[in-house]
Amino acid sequence: MATASEVHHTALTLTDHLPILQILIPFCTAPLIVFIGSKSLAWPMAFISSLLSLIIATTLLISVSDGSYISYKLGGWVPPVGIEYRVDATNAFILFLIAATATVVLPFALKSVNHEVPKRNHTLFYACFMLCITGLMGVVITGDAFNVFVFLEISSLSTYVLVSQGSHRDKRALTAAYNYLIMGTIGATFFVIGIGFLYMTTGTLNMADMADRLRGQGDNRTVQAAFAFIVVGMGLKAAMYPLHLWLPAAYKFAPSAVTTLLAATATKVAIYVIIRFMFTVFQPDYVFNTNILTWIIGPLAIFAMFAASLIAVFQTNFKRMLAYSSIAQIGYMMLGVAMFSTTGLTATLVHMFNHGITKAALFMGVGALMLRIGTTFYDRISGMGRAMPLTGAAIVIGGLSLIGVPGTAGFISKWMLVQAAFEQHLWWLALIIVASSLLAVIYVWRLVEVLYLQKPNSDVTLKEAPMLIVAPMWVAAIACLYFGLDTRFILDAAATAAEGLMAGSAGMAEFSTATSIAATDH
Amino acid sequence: MTLEFFLGHVNYWLFIILMMTGFYIVVSRGNYVKKIVGLNIFQVAVFMLYISIGKVTGGTAPIFPTDSQGKIKVDPEIVYSNPLPHVLILTAIVVGIATTSLGLALIVRIREEYDSIEEDDILQTEAAMARAEYKEHGSVFGGEP
Repeated sequence: MATASEVHHTALTLTDHLPILQILIPFCTAPLIVFIGSKSLAWPMAFISSLLSLIIATTLLISVSDGSYISYKLGGWVPPVGIEYRVDATNAFILFLIAATATVVLPFALKSVNHEVPKRNHTLFYACFMLCITGLMGVVITGDAFNVFVFLEISSLSTYVLVSQGSHRDKRALTAAYNYLIMGTIGATFFVIGIGFLYMTTGTLNMADMADRLRGQGDNRTVQAAFAFIVVGMGLKAAMYPLHLWLPAAYKFAPSAVTTLLAATATKVAIYVIIRFMFTVFQPDYVFNTNILTWIIGPLAIFAMFAASLIAVFQTNFKRMLAYSSIAQIGYMMLGVAMFSTTGLTATLVHMFNHGITKAALFMGVGALMLRIGTTFYDRISGMGRAMPLTGAAIVIGGLSLIGVPGTAGFISKWMLVQAAFEQHLWWLALIIVASSLLAVIYVWRLVEVLYLQKPNSDVTLKEAPMLIVAPMWVAAIACLYFGLDTRFILDAAATAAEGLMAGSAGMAEFSTATSIAATDH
Repeated sequence: MTLEFFLGHVNYWLFIILMMTGFYIVVSRGNYVKKIVGLNIFQVAVFMLYISIGKVTGGTAPIFPTDSQGKIKVDPEIVYSNPLPHVLILTAIVVGIATTSLGLALIVRIREEYDSIEEDDILQTEAAMARAEYKEHGSVFGGEP
């Protein structure tokens, strides 16, 4: 906390307030949409606000890309007493992912939501959408442990509402939302119990301060219980196998735009919280000593990679197949964490981003098919690749990235993961990663076969999806290709973040003293 | 386990009992409203844990005494209880209310659509829907179930 006293709170320019604006802009847009209450204004307001968020997130990402951090003191109260927003390489990266996804998904949502959600719900829908983004970004940006819980619930509650909006097409969206609510609340309550135990031990809620006071408390039973509660609670939110039961139904029955947002961001945010607590609050060596990574998270991750992929192979519905593939991909991310090395963590962070854009492209493809056909069962979408060439091609690119074919974003993260395995001489682990990717080949190939090689259904309108759906889908698909070819930006950002994480809170302090002052000068 | 140990940790025992009661209700009951009740008990247990850890032995309510002019007179001799957990729990209570009301709202909609709030009935309806779907769309896997 060296900077807290050195850099006084002289936030006079707009740039100094960027961390809070990142949250405030979508947060204020939500009630504004409701108060104005105009159906035609709801979408433009949401879009402008997410565009502003994206600009802010990009600025923040650039200013912390050198490994420094920005500490914003809410209301001028100096941490650890006040709430602190802390932007470093890790969370700036996730913030960027959330803001970018929101900005890309919203143009897609305009047509898709019109089609899937009744008009009278639109203002409230977009208000919930903005609240969801607020919550997700708040979880990521805050440096205060209890604040994480509050933002988590903001995002979760709005997510339950958004999922239930699928009920106008299929009533099972309601039970999906209800089950998600029950499991999500149990997860969040477990998390808050964990925070309570940490507060009992340390008497502070600021993460950096907590990390300082937790040092040398390795055999304290309260801290161990806290660790267990936090990992299980956030594991529920992240759909970490075997805590994934809410995910398939929620993804399948939610409106396509909502599924796209959730698949690209919500689970990643939960994984971010797990990483943040493991490495910054509890310290890497503490996590290492508990052996949880080797004996619990690692094996479960490997099991998820196979079990969920296998289930995905046998699906008859495109959207549901993608949901199971998401569970498998979360397995890859947790495997990167479980390997406990800078390369492994880099792989996790890169995969969070790459899987985000991949799934965004694929779920937008689902949305396009829903718009034209009304369902995504394989026998209905057969031959649609030829009828809707742009949608089909984007889905294929997304599918290739899901497998991890060289030249796509998915390859980079799997390559990093294999590299991390080789670094620790775990050649069998590398084989496992490749083997589970082969399962992805099967389920993606089935999809390609259905889309291109089977005869089209004659009773559907064979027309390409409107431009507003195709354009965002292609932005995501081109991102899949671009980040597969030009890896500098994403790998550098992730590597900086992973180095900071592996160094624990000590790493953060070391980076900060000289550079954070420079960073605020931008 | 001595009696002293038991009494010294009585708030934790109550927390564990209440938490597990709530958790058990959520898991075991099939009625959706009862599940929400269980969830509430589960959350209230956590509120109790937080509030009880704010207690400092011999501490009083954290309000500074004032003199006759109404000015705050800080007395370092007085021990205060920790007010922060209470404040945290105020937030958590609000979150709990929001969760409960959203859950109940969902139940109302579920009742409208399924005509039941019993998990067994709803699962049956959903299984029938899934079977119908499979019959209709399952041909990609080579025929009827």
